[in-house]
Amino acid sequence: MSDVVEKTLTALPSLLSLDPQPGSAKLSSTSKLGNLIRGITELTSKHEEEKLIQHELASIKDQVSSPNTSMMKELMVRAIYCESLGYEASFTYIHAIKLAQQGTALEKRVGYLAVSLFLNESHELLLLLVNTVLKDLQSTNLIEVCMALTVVSQMFPKDMIPAILPLVEEKLNHPKEIIRRKAVLALYKFYLIAPNQVQHIHNKFRKALCDKDPGVMTASLHIYLQMIQENPEGYKDLTASFVTILKQVVGGKLPMDFNYHSVPAPWLQIQLLRILALLGKNDQSASAVMYEVLDESLRRAEMNHNITYAILYECVKCIYTIHPKSDLLEKAAKCIGNFVLSPKINLKYLGLKALTYVVQQDPRLALQHQMTIIECLDHSDLIIKRETLELLFRITNAQNVVVIVEKMLEFLRVNTDDYTTIDLVGKVAELAEKYPSDTMSTVFSVGGDMMQPDIPNSFLKLLSEGFDSVEEDRKLRLFAVDSYITLLQKEPGKLPQRFLQVISWVLGEYSHLKDELEPTVVLKLLAKLLDMKHTSSETKSWILMAMTKLCEGGAEVSVVREVSETYSSSMDTVLRQRAHELQYLSQDSELRAKVLLRDNGLRPLEVDSSLSFLDGFVSEALAAGAAPYKPPHQRQEELAQAKALSLEPYGLSLPMSMSSCSITDRQSPTLLSMSSGLSGDSAEISHKGGSTSLKLDGVKRVWGREGYLPQRAAVEEAAQVEVPCTLRSPSQQGDADSSHSQTPTSTPTPTEPDPEKQQLASLFFGLSSQSSVCLMGKPEPTPHRFRRKAKGVTDPTSSSLISTPSNVEKLLCNNLLDSNIASELAVSSAKQITELPQGLKTASSAADEDPDRPKDLCLISHLPAELSELCHSEITPLCTIQSILCAVNSCQYRGDVLIQTPFNHLHQVTHVSAELKKSTQCLSFAHSDVTFPCRPLTVSTEEYGTMWLSFSHDTKQNLTLIGDGQEALTATLNVLKQKLQLHVVEIIGQEGILSCRLLQDQPCLMHCRVHAGTLAVWLRSPVPDLPDCLIYHCQRALQEY
Amino acid sequence: MIKAILIFNNHGKPRLIRFYQYFAEDMQQQIIRETFHLVSKRDDNVCNFLEGGSLIGGSDYKLIYRHYATLYFVFCVDSSESELGILDLIQVFVETLDKCFENVCELDLIFHMDKVHYILQEVVMGGMVLETNMNEIVAQVEVQNRMEKSEVSVQCQPVAELISG
Repeated sequence: MSDVVEKTLTALPSLLSLDPQPGSAKLSSTSKLGNLIRGITELTSKHEEEKLIQHELASIKDQVSSPNTSMMKELMVRAIYCESLGYEASFTYIHAIKLAQQGTALEKRVGYLAVSLFLNESHELLLLLVNTVLKDLQSTNLIEVCMALTVVSQMFPKDMIPAILPLVEEKLNHPKEIIRRKAVLALYKFYLIAPNQVQHIHNKFRKALCDKDPGVMTASLHIYLQMIQENPEGYKDLTASFVTILKQVVGGKLPMDFNYHSVPAPWLQIQLLRILALLGKNDQSASAVMYEVLDESLRRAEMNHNITYAILYECVKCIYTIHPKSDLLEKAAKCIGNFVLSPKINLKYLGLKALTYVVQQDPRLALQHQMTIIECLDHSDLIIKRETLELLFRITNAQNVVVIVEKMLEFLRVNTDDYTTIDLVGKVAELAEKYPSDTMSTVFSVGGDMMQPDIPNSFLKLLSEGFDSVEEDRKLRLFAVDSYITLLQKEPGKLPQRFLQVISWVLGEYSHLKDELEPTVVLKLLAKLLDMKHTSSETKSWILMAMTKLCEGGAEVSVVREVSETYSSSMDTVLRQRAHELQYLSQDSELRAKVLLRDNGLRPLEVDSSLSFLDGFVSEALAAGAAPYKPPHQRQEELAQAKALSLEPYGLSLPMSMSSCSITDRQSPTLLSMSSGLSGDSAEISHKGGSTSLKLDGVKRVWGREGYLPQRAAVEEAAQVEVPCTLRSPSQQGDADSSHSQTPTSTPTPTEPDPEKQQLASLFFGLSSQSSVCLMGKPEPTPHRFRRKAKGVTDPTSSSLISTPSNVEKLLCNNLLDSNIASELAVSSAKQITELPQGLKTASSAADEDPDRPKDLCLISHLPAELSELCHSEITPLCTIQSILCAVNSCQYRGDVLIQTPFNHLHQVTHVSAELKKSTQCLSFAHSDVTFPCRPLTVSTEEYGTMWLSFSHDTKQNLTLIGDGQEALTATLNVLKQKLQLHVVEIIGQEGILSCRLLQDQPCLMHCRVHAGTLAVWLRSPVPDLPDCLIYHCQRALQEY
Repeated sequence: MIKAILIFNNHGKPRLIRFYQYFAEDMQQQIIRETFHLVSKRDDNVCNFLEGGSLIGGSDYKLIYRHYATLYFVFCVDSSESELGILDLIQVFVETLDKCFENVCELDLIFHMDKVHYILQEVVMGGMVLETNMNEIVAQVEVQNRMEKSEVSVQCQPVAELISG
């Protein structure tokens, strides 16, 4: 039959040439559509086509609104034709609906077709169709009912389903099987778009499954496949029925009509096998019922036709999915073999797919077919190649990784499809991460800018965190430096941007490892990169950062100066910032040594995300009259309130003194350069605000890691990295060779020096030497992998202020206060420093004046030693503590920087003062993690309501829920109750209200609502900072939980 | 589920476009172009399956196509469909077209686009395979054709006879 088709279709070109020929007589050559098509085929340019279609659409538009309905059918077809060419004919939509509504049966058909082609589920015009569908569903004309069901299953507005659902359900009992069948499919469609609306008719689905007509039963399998996929447990009782059905089908019990190429109902069989696979997965008893029929299917499907292979393939997949049975597995394996070895390329493809699917359970299969796999690797069809690589990816181990990655890279070089490239680059990167080697350079240069951005990031992380062995890390880094230098010396212009970024980072970080390498050489290479035209500004800032790390004074200063001068006036703020950093740091070696530590002096870097080291700075700024920080949501609210009168400009107006701006308006790029110039590379704080596009995940870790885990990798692993693949011990060689002899196809002799075979051997090397023992069971034990060092877990206690301040903190504190270094800072910082004593005075006087407190100053003398270690200059501790106390008392204080963790100290101090008040003398600071001094506040819901309305200060935030489902809210609130001693007033549905008080008389109310998987919390209190403070503690409590 | 059925000729001119999942008009055209681009550069002796491009939904989707003389028949399906099954479904569809048009050719598809749609509706309904038996499909289409010939609204009784016959 297909031959006939092909013959006729070959004759087409002659038909298409537009000379009048007998063949075209049967086509309605005189019709308008005919003219249109003729016209279009004569055209040569897209532009002309556009003109013609526009003309055509105009003429359709004219005619369509005329009452002459005899033309409607043809007009619709013409409109459909125009639409299929990509031209919009939206004016016809309404006419299509009208036609479906009012036309004769034939016109109705065209109308429905046009509607289903033109509109989509959410189109508003579709609502107009609902009545028509309703009417047609009730029609006595079978064809009209069929048309309505067809259009319903193509698209129907979700909210209107209830309107027609009863009618469609009714059709399940229709005497005609074709109607029943279409009704089942329409219901399936409803199930897909609105599952809850058809829940009540599940037993009708069962009835459809037992329908006397096999066609209806087949249609119902669509539904079951979907439902079983979602919930296999719910349908276990049907396993036996499905098995019986399959048995009958395979046994040829269906009418002959259902045969296709004398295979009984093949599509039905495929569907059933898929369902069985889902049901039998991880279920021994359900699987046991299937074994017999699966065996039968395998046996019966022996005819040499495409469709039998389709059944076989499903059978094999099913056998490998369900609880294994050895003799079936054996047969299935043989089947896979037939697929893989088949000369038919489609079967080969499926064979590879099946192998990929089963290879995790049975790697020996891959071994058996290794020759074929190797052949497939060089297949002319890219799809086959890709599938093979996918298979290889699954069987990669430490021994064969080099060859496999090599193959993948080879493929990447010839591949032109973006999608595949992205996918494959990801895989190579994953392998390279698992089994580190030198392939990443190639990945970067081949993958180019297309790869996912996290790949270079994770590579840098890998490089900086290192593996288990220090020596190996050093070698790897040295190797990277070496190869990158070589690359830069050649033709850096051709390298992708991402790769250049990686290169500059590595050079900045590790080029000092190579002793004989002069920094000047590297700097010059980098400077050359900067000058290249197509280097993006993102890359440029990476390069500048690398230069910052590299310059050590001396000869290279001239290069650096030139560069920093060029870029310090750059229009790009990020670049300008980097250039300034470079400039300052290159001039001051002392500062440089503090900021940029070489990793031989690695010390754990506590990243103080609370920015507590800025406390003094903030309080001082506040004392100097700066506006307190407002969280974004509050700012927005205020803005919204103010909107009626003023438009935006006033929203952010702040005293323009340097000190306040750098804290409160951290988006300001020019000011930012000062603060982040110091911290930019070492702490993450500045990145939040200023540098938008830099991904510095990898960067900050360099200083953050302590020594490596002292576990040594196996010695041969180390050798593996350095000397890939070519060296093999005789015994391993033997193993590899013996594996060859197992292959069914040609076996290479061991002595053959063919490089291809050598490669083959190394490819399966890992499998053959361990296949029987190791790979059969669990994946390889850990020694085969380089164990990633565990990430440093932030100790919850260490984040508090009492922990030793990090270098950065110290540095910043010093910088802000120490006028020696201050000269380097921006001009305005000098002003800030002069303001300091004044600020201090204000702060302390404010404290003094506060009537609520006993002498705060004397409190300081009561502070234990730990607390006085807060900061390191003489003034700061005083200042910090006082101002924080001030902040508590006067409630003026709202710095963003402090709102996160510093409340720790804040309430520590509060605690202290409270204790002092009560004349208890024991101030225990032994544990740094003082709990929030919160007491439950017992109120009724009514009281809560009144209080809520009377409180003026609030904050909103989303918190993570603990647990999921219905209980999440209760669970989360209980945790808060336990940890923070909040009082749960009431829980209503998905909302809950809580209350507490700080010390004696400062209440805070909390309203929680579960929303989109998070807990939306709204806190209110008469005390300004209390909501923010409490929200922080809630967050922490939930995190710790 | 079948996401889309595209028929275009060797030059990428669409001959029948049927989407079972909604895509905006310009997206549809882009999908057609990309699909044509993917399919047309493949030899006839390579396999009939393609991993879907990034456009129509990523790795879960496959393009299954057959090339007949001047026409490509491309089915875009998700992982719940059997590759070989769909491949044979295309064959069934083309054989049905051949039977209905008596030696089908590209021009039939152009000038009788509506009819081709009606035939397709009997094979695939809303993205689900409805009928795989050619005789059944032809019977259904013929019922409709007779309705066309008589040009009168067919009532329940005769249709019932036609279907059962």
